[in-house]
This record gives sequence, structure tokens and C-alpha cells, in this order.
Amino acid sequence: MNTTVAFILAAAALAGLAIAPLFLNAYGIGLLVGMTGYVVLASAWAMFSGPTRYVSLATVAFFGIGAYTVAVLSETLPYPLVLLCACAIGLTVALIVGLSTLRLAGIYFVIFTFGLAELIRQLVTWYEVNVTGTLGRYIFLPFEGIHIYWQLLALAAATLLLSWWINRSRLGLALRAVGDDEVVAAHAGINVSRAKLMLFALSATIITLVGAIQAPRWVYVEPAIVFNPTISFLTLIMALLGGATRLWGPALGAIPLFLLFEWLSANFPNYFSIILGVFFIGIVFFLPQGVLAKIEGLRRPARKAPPENKERSGAA
Amino acid sequence: MLIDTLITGLVAGGTYALVAMGLTIQFGISRIMNLAHGDTIIAACFASFVLFSVFGLSPILALMIVVPVGYVLSDAVYRIIMRPLVARAPNAGALEVDSILVTFGLLFVIQGVLLVAFGGNYTGYAFLNTPVDLFGTIVAANRLLALLLALVFGITLIFVLSRTRWGMTLRAVSIAPENAPLVGIDINRAARTAFALGGALAATAGVVVSMYQTFTATIGVIFTMKALIVVILGGKGSLTGALIGGLLLGLVETFVAAYIDPGLTLAATYAIFLLLLILRPTGFFGQAG
Repeated sequence: MNTTVAFILAAAALAGLAIAPLFLNAYGIGLLVGMTGYVVLASAWAMFSGPTRYVSLATVAFFGIGAYTVAVLSETLPYPLVLLCACAIGLTVALIVGLSTLRLAGIYFVIFTFGLAELIRQLVTWYEVNVTGTLGRYIFLPFEGIHIYWQLLALAAATLLLSWWINRSRLGLALRAVGDDEVVAAHAGINVSRAKLMLFALSATIITLVGAIQAPRWVYVEPAIVFNPTISFLTLIMALLGGATRLWGPALGAIPLFLLFEWLSANFPNYFSIILGVFFIGIVFFLPQGVLAKIEGLRRPARKAPPENKERSGAA
Repeated sequence: MLIDTLITGLVAGGTYALVAMGLTIQFGISRIMNLAHGDTIIAACFASFVLFSVFGLSPILALMIVVPVGYVLSDAVYRIIMRPLVARAPNAGALEVDSILVTFGLLFVIQGVLLVAFGGNYTGYAFLNTPVDLFGTIVAANRLLALLLALVFGITLIFVLSRTRWGMTLRAVSIAPENAPLVGIDINRAARTAFALGGALAATAGVVVSMYQTFTATIGVIFTMKALIVVILGGKGSLTGALIGGLLLGLVETFVAAYIDPGLTLAATYAIFLLLLILRPTGFFGQAG
């Protein structure tokens, strides 16, 4: 497809989505907010983890940092500054994590991110209990669902645009080389650690912003609420379903899965995590490259399709 | 106070060592990074809870049921879920990613099943809750037994793996998976055995934990997290490293909780982890690479 046509179509879709909430009730807007939030989360996750194949389990650590920063600062600072502070904190944490793990093999990164959310949750809880003496905070910001939705929609557009641009830039090429074979990439003159670190920091900052923007919806915020590990899990499964290496993959995975989970948690709250887990295992087994790659494979059966697993080679 | 903390730390550390040994065997030999390890442990906790409260079976006898069941179930999990992933993975890295993802899903399945069956509340039972005088401090007998069991199982395993022919086979697969078939070792079988062995160790740890501590369906991830850190601490695939790393982690945690602040135990663990990543990423007993 022609790039210009694609851009016009995307802009039209964006405009349509922007006016959509005007015709919806509060529940509909709530759904749109949740859905857009996960579209951004999954896209931002895939921005780093797709090309590098480093599985990040820390989504909710950054999401929670964003949300909690808003809870702490919303009374004292103007809103744009609060968002900026959240970004700065998220970026700092990402740099610490990245600098200490990304120069090592992928497994160290996975292990570190696995416990990161729990670590930050405990630190925040400890700080609140011992230093400030207030566990749990209220957020009073004059935002309705529709305002949050518009902010998230803008962030979604920015994220996708950024992903598209990175994909075409030297950085994107470098990262794909890293994903294919880290040693070869390093020998080709790519500063592997720096490329990984930059992208991880960027992805983490976007995730932090999602948390910050969504925070006013809760009104009451507590570490246990904003550091809920299910968020990391859902983000991961959505990006995988759509295909983490495609621009539109994570978004396409996020929309149906968000609606499905919404329905599941309303109708089968007790069996939610079993169904979720089975679903996840199924995706790893049957759609290791995501739905988009599967559809492409089906559309072009004549061309000898390369076996799916070969494409996954070279993960660190 | 000091002796008290020391013993509590060693008890916790013994459990961590047992937990981490299972994980490091699975990772070192089967090349599976099992994020559902902690939930296997919690499943074993609930199993021994049921055996104790419904059938009146002491945890010592429960070990004889739960541990073989853990072995058989893990064997089945390997055959059904892991083996196809191993077969399709073009290299170790791809298998690592796939195994992380699939066991992440397994984590939620086991946790979900436990939640449905037992609910989300803290569960536990009173076993051997008699005070014992040890170097002037009072310790519950069940804690001492837990430490003893952890050490016996851990040291026996290290001995078996380093001294028997069967153990040598497994270690050969861990060190040189490409070359092991050349001397007639069935890698697939070795990997399956190691995975099942890891599951049996998780089951052992579960029974041991349930003797002295309460548990919920959702704390499995905490065990996995600590085990992962111990594995890195000791060096990937090193059993001795896991044993020493586990004891060390238990001691650090308890001392931080007793002398600094109980809310900072995980922070202390992570501080050690960070230092290690910066100074010696291969762990105390690990080889480079």
C-alpha cells in the first residue's frame, strides 16, 4: 500500500475514533478508554520486545509508577508538569534497569523485570507507611472519561507514529539485527547495548504515561491497585496475539482481547485466570508469530512459506 | 535475638535453596525457564494441607505421596507442553523465550485452579508446633524439621548428581548438549528427567513450606522470584551455588527484617541482585558464558 494513502486512512480512522465517544454512553466511553489504554501498552511493549525478543515482564511497574506519581503530585503541581515528572521517574527507573541488565544475556533482563513491579510496590508501600504515613491517596482532577480517552488516543497515535518511524530508521534496523543475531550485529558495528537501552527507555516512558493518564479514573489509588500484575500479563498476551514484530499487530491483538477479557471478567470472574492462562499457552503454541503473520501465510500458500519457527531464530 | 534471627534465616534459606535447586536443574539441563515453579510449590502446599486436614496424614508421610506425584505430573507437563516447543525451537535462545512465555501462562492456570478450589485466603495447619530450646532460644520444632529436610534433600541431590553415573549423564547434557548424543546420551530423556526432578523438588519444597508457614494461592510468584534471584546468585545451573545462595538470601532477608525494617526485605534482595549483575553476572559458582 502507498504510504500516503495509508497515512490518509489512518488520519481518517483517528478522526472517527476521536468523535466516537460523543455518541456513546458512559459505559461505552469506559470501554474505549480501557481499550485505547491497552492498545498503547501493547504497542509500546512491542516497540522494545518485538524486534529485540527480550520478554519484558515489567509493564505494570512503569504503569504503576505513572499512576502513583499522579496520585502523589496532582494536588501540588499543574497537570502537564505532573505528567512530565511521571515520565522522568519512569525514564530513570528504565535506565537503571536497562543499564544493569541489557548488556547481559536476555535471561537476566527477564528475571529482573519479573520482580520489578513487586519491588517497587513494596518500596512505595514502605515509604508511605513509614515516611508519609498515608497509604492510599485520592485523585481529584477535573477529568471525565472522555478527556482521558482523548489523551490516550493522542498517545496511541504518537506511539504508532513513533514505531513506524523507528522501524524505518537506523535504530530500527539495528534492533532487528540484534534480534536476529546479537553477535553478528555487534560485529557489524552496532552499539548493541546502547540501541537496546534507548528503545527500552522509550517504551517504558510511554507505558509510564499510560499509567499517569489513566490514573484519574480510579479516584482512589493504592499500591496494590496500580501495581496489579495482571496488567503486565494482558499486555504481553495482546502483543503476542497480534504479532509483536508488526506495526499494527499489538493494536489488533489488544482490541478483541480487551473486549473478550471484559466479558470474561463480568461473566466468569472465578475462572478468569484459568481461561487467561490456557489462552496464553494456546497463542504460544499455535500463533507464535501472531495473527497477522498467520493470515499472510494463509493468503500466500503458493509461495513456499518458510517454517514459522525459523523466523524466531536468534533470540538472545 | 541474634541466634533467633540466625535460625529463622537458616530455615527460610533452606526452603529457598530447595526451591532454587529445582529451578536451576530445570534451567541448566532442560533449558526451560519455568516461571510456574513457585505455583507448583503452592500446589504442593495445598496438597499436603488436604492430606493433613482431611486424611490426618502427617507431612512426613505426605512427602511420600506428594513428591512422586510432583515428579509424574512434571514429567507429563514436559511431554505435553515443553517437548513440542523444544522440537520446534531452532536454538537455545528461541526455546528460552518460548519456555518463559508458556510457563507464564501455566502460572496463571495453576493459580486459577488453586483459587477456584481453595479461595484466596491464607491457609495453614498446625504440625509439630512444639517449642524446642536451642542455644537458649525457643524455636518451633516444625521449623527445625523444615531446615533439616531441606538440607538433607539438597545435599543428597548434590551428592547423587556429582557421584553417580546417572548424575553424570545429566551434567553432561547441561554442559555440552551438542556433544552428549555422541557418547550415547538420550538428550530428550535427560531433559525430561531433569524437568520432572525439578518438579519433584518443588513438591518437596511445598510440603516443607506448608509445615511452618501459611500460604495463599497467589504467593507462588514470590517463590519463583526469589528462586530466580538465587539461581543467578549461585550461577545458572549450579546446585551448590543454589544451596549456598538460598541460605544466604534467607539470612539477608531475616536480618534486614529484624534489624532494619520488615518492609525492606525485597529491596535488600534486589540490592544484592543489582550488585551481582554489575560485579559478577555469572554468579558465585557459575562459568562464564
